[in-house]
Amino acid sequence: MSATRAATPPTTRASHAGSRPWQGRRGSTLLRHLAVALAAALLLVALSYGLEPFRNFQLATVAAYLCATAGLTVLTGLNGQLSLGHGALMATGAYTVALCQNAFADRGVTGGWTLPVSLSAAVLTTIGVGAVVGVAAARLRGPYLAGVTLAVAVVVPALAVTFDDVFNGEQGLSVPVEPPPAALGPYFPYERWQLWVTGSATLLALLLLGNLVRSRFGRTFRAVRDDEVAARLAGIHVARTQVLAFVVSAATAGLGGALLAVLAQSVSPGAFSLTLSLFLLMAVVIGGLGSLAGAAWGAVLLVALPDLTHTLTDLLTLSPAVAQRMEGNLPLAIFGSTLVVVMIAAPGGVQGLLSRLGRALLARSPARRS
Amino acid sequence: MDRFVFLTLDGLSRGAVYAAFALALVLIWRAARIVNFAQGAMAVATAYFAYSVAAATGSYWLGFLAALVAGLLLGAVVDLAVMRFVDHSSPLNPVIVALGLVLLIQAVLGMVYGNEFLPAEAPLSRAALTVGGLAVLSPYDLFAFAAVGVVVVALAWTFTRTPVGLRMRAAAFAPEVSRLLGVNVSGMLTLGWALASGVGALAGMLVIPTELGLHPHAMDLVFVAAFTGAVVGGLDSPPGAVVGGLLVGLLLSYVSGYAGSDLTALAVLLLLLAVLLVRPAGLFAPAVARRV
Amino acid sequence: MSHMKRVARCGLAIATSITLLTTSAACGDDGSGGGSRAPVPGVTDTQIVVGTHMPLTGPASAGYSKIAPATKAYFDYVNANGGVHGRKLTYKIMDDGYNPANTQQVVRQLVLQDKVFAILNGLGTPTHSGVLDFLKSNRVPDLFVASGSRSWDQPDKYPGTFGFNTDYTVEGKILANHVKTSLPGRKVCFLGQDDDFGRDSLVGVERVLGAGAVVARQTYVTSNTNVAPQIGAFNAAGCQVVILATVPGFTALAVGTAARLGFKPQWLVSNVGADHPTLAKQLGAAAPLLDGMIGANYLPMQNDTANPWIQLFTKVNKEHNGDAPFDGNTVYGMAVGYLFVQVLLAAGKDLTRESVLDAVVKGGYQGPGLAPLRFSATDHSGYGGQRLTRVSGGVQSYFGPTYETDEGDGPVQEYTAAPATPPANGVPTAS
Repeated sequence: MSATRAATPPTTRASHAGSRPWQGRRGSTLLRHLAVALAAALLLVALSYGLEPFRNFQLATVAAYLCATAGLTVLTGLNGQLSLGHGALMATGAYTVALCQNAFADRGVTGGWTLPVSLSAAVLTTIGVGAVVGVAAARLRGPYLAGVTLAVAVVVPALAVTFDDVFNGEQGLSVPVEPPPAALGPYFPYERWQLWVTGSATLLALLLLGNLVRSRFGRTFRAVRDDEVAARLAGIHVARTQVLAFVVSAATAGLGGALLAVLAQSVSPGAFSLTLSLFLLMAVVIGGLGSLAGAAWGAVLLVALPDLTHTLTDLLTLSPAVAQRMEGNLPLAIFGSTLVVVMIAAPGGVQGLLSRLGRALLARSPARRS
Repeated sequence: MDRFVFLTLDGLSRGAVYAAFALALVLIWRAARIVNFAQGAMAVATAYFAYSVAAATGSYWLGFLAALVAGLLLGAVVDLAVMRFVDHSSPLNPVIVALGLVLLIQAVLGMVYGNEFLPAEAPLSRAALTVGGLAVLSPYDLFAFAAVGVVVVALAWTFTRTPVGLRMRAAAFAPEVSRLLGVNVSGMLTLGWALASGVGALAGMLVIPTELGLHPHAMDLVFVAAFTGAVVGGLDSPPGAVVGGLLVGLLLSYVSGYAGSDLTALAVLLLLLAVLLVRPAGLFAPAVARRV
Repeated sequence: MSHMKRVARCGLAIATSITLLTTSAACGDDGSGGGSRAPVPGVTDTQIVVGTHMPLTGPASAGYSKIAPATKAYFDYVNANGGVHGRKLTYKIMDDGYNPANTQQVVRQLVLQDKVFAILNGLGTPTHSGVLDFLKSNRVPDLFVASGSRSWDQPDKYPGTFGFNTDYTVEGKILANHVKTSLPGRKVCFLGQDDDFGRDSLVGVERVLGAGAVVARQTYVTSNTNVAPQIGAFNAAGCQVVILATVPGFTALAVGTAARLGFKPQWLVSNVGADHPTLAKQLGAAAPLLDGMIGANYLPMQNDTANPWIQLFTKVNKEHNGDAPFDGNTVYGMAVGYLFVQVLLAAGKDLTRESVLDAVVKGGYQGPGLAPLRFSATDHSGYGGQRLTRVSGGVQSYFGPTYETDEGDGPVQEYTAAPATPPANGVPTAS
């Protein structure tokens, strides 16, 4: 939960950026983002001590998904490009990190620096793939873009099966990850360490994204989304902007996938199916498209909602015959109806709902106008 | 050569069903500017209904008819009860609602019928007739071709020759003007949903007996293939959907036959890129492409 | 200036929430504990909590979704008869939809949150492979994985993981042995799933028949349900015997597609895809096509009502499983439950994670299975053989002897030990 709250402050502001004069205050923006990131980091550390191991792991998973949903928010929410293929980009990052970590392990290379190197390699590889897809995507609009990215989502996991001598087919690869540094003591819980690793990587990514969104690039992203023709008249190179947005988005998705692989200590094509891509899209829209805070809500929902619906259905006591029919299906039905109801009742998603509530409460404060 | 003929006919008979399903997607896209991701789940729901009717009456054809009627009704219900209330200001909202419907429909089917495969009978023999020692199409394949052909011709006639078809097109392309001219725009929209869902139900009834059987997820893969077909052909063009569906069917058959079934997904992506990079709005895009 | 104030306000809010969260978490932490020695996770004086991950929903759930409820039903039966050393068995079934990412979540929930004693019969090669390292580092017994992959038999790397199913290579050897001895000189072809299932099975087939003996090899992927191109290739190659390493859906598809093309080979099918009720249900009116199909199995046939195990399991199914349709998956789930209860009894009253692993390694378990269970300190691979089945007149039954062999170049030989009979009350006793 904390990652969300932690990420909220910079981005709520980011989404209101347009209404405030900001020029000449870039330095202070960066400073403010840094301060918030620092506070968020402190909160994470405190939480990692306060929560049980499983909650630590869930929070770490939220952090990993948050990278991907934040990237998708930048692409879809800020730049207006639809992607049904972000699961495939996550897979690219995940497989890269797996191959790198295995290469290190096979050669007996150890040390705390190996993981950051592998993660960077994952981000770079995904940037490459994202650039290729982005160039194609920049020519396409709406459902045509959806069609191509959907095909990408199907193809990438299939490639893992085609080239099974490298990727080991359906079974996938294991990801050797070193234990927590000895300096933390012999009984340091592994899940806490996982949260620290993913949390810091995600915060770094969010810090960079937050600044990007507030920068000149962020404005060109939005300009292209709002009106391509006007953007072109204003001297913005539309195709280049779209490719850039795709690359940025791919980089964070790749990082998210890589972190997920590190968390799971394994990768396999089944974990990055078309379903994941669709769920990512649902998450950012339900969270609230257009702000990084919405992306954070989306990441939380991805992890918490299946868990919640399962707990909810566990409360019911059913006869064996009924239970067999309901098992698994009832959580899915709850999940599905939630999506439909939220989209109809609160089309702005969770974040939209919260800011509406916030505005109603703070109606007196004139600064909170957007 | 024999193999080529065999793969071609096999691909065409699948492609015909993809074409019908792609047509259903195009109908909704033209009417409501929504890519209906729930189309597959809705078709499966009608196929389950047909299964129940056929089991109760003992007649496949009553079940078949029931599926088509249920398809029409389900389309109208989805429009009136759900899509009508969705905020369409962002094109993503209806997509997400459709995805939510997929989960809901599949879960309910799983509760009612179980997550096991149920047998999906074909009403006619699926054994291929041999011509000159070469196995060609089966009676069932011919039936599927005929059914898809009738639907395509009937739709083309409806949209070009009948007053209601013209009103539907007018309502889709210029809703405000149509309203002023006295066209019941919202009624036309509901009719569009009903027709599309009916065509989807027909495609489902035709394809499920050739697949693994009746299952809540039975149309997932068909949806992906048909959506690809619709995009290749151009979402604004019904003839494009037919051609695109047939193309995808042929491609899947040739690639599985000559290269290996694990490469089919890659082949589909390459087809999409090859077509869309030359014609960004599909093969049959109207002259003014690139709508934003 | 104004934004400085905002940062301060934000910092204050964060600090407050930290305090709140840590205190509430700290409050939640105490409780539990007690007793003189370290408590064993999932074990109290009155119950043992065990967990599993299974596909209950999604495309892969067909058939498999019935296994865990059957195991649970057997546990309920044992509980109704007094439990194991006075402890009742609780079985937590988690749906992972056959998605490895979900498996990660639910297994961690079972181990870290629900504190299960062991993971039992987790299903699927890609899904379960991903949690092996996690279970190992948490020292959770990982018993009787539901898949024929050879990955579970790595005693040095994964000392706590044990298989159950006859592995795919052993099965391939036994099927090929039948071709070699009863169908010599026929043209043999092979259709396998494009993963370790298909690959391992082909390895076994070629070990017996020789590398060049398979005339045509084809693969399928579950994401493409058209197998006409593959079957067409077999037809063109003039195959007389086709060995299938396929899941049930694709066995039905292959048999149905071949019939459409007028192609009628002798089918030999892996245990995974040879359950006749499942196939017949899927083929519907076309079920007679299955006549003559040869399959393999290592558990009592679900239709063999004279078999005492089937009588027992039918009774359990009636009393504790809502009289769900009884098929091979039900028998499988109950057989897993029976073996687990045997192991728990052998581990003794003083149940720990170490004692249960010691009990498995000690081996010597006899239950419903026809073939020997191979558990030892150096072998974690589960059943080591199979018996062939044939469908005749719509009824699937065993024929010939039970065979056993290894994954290597060892011979395929008859296994002659008499099958065990269940105890009178259906609950094993400590030996």
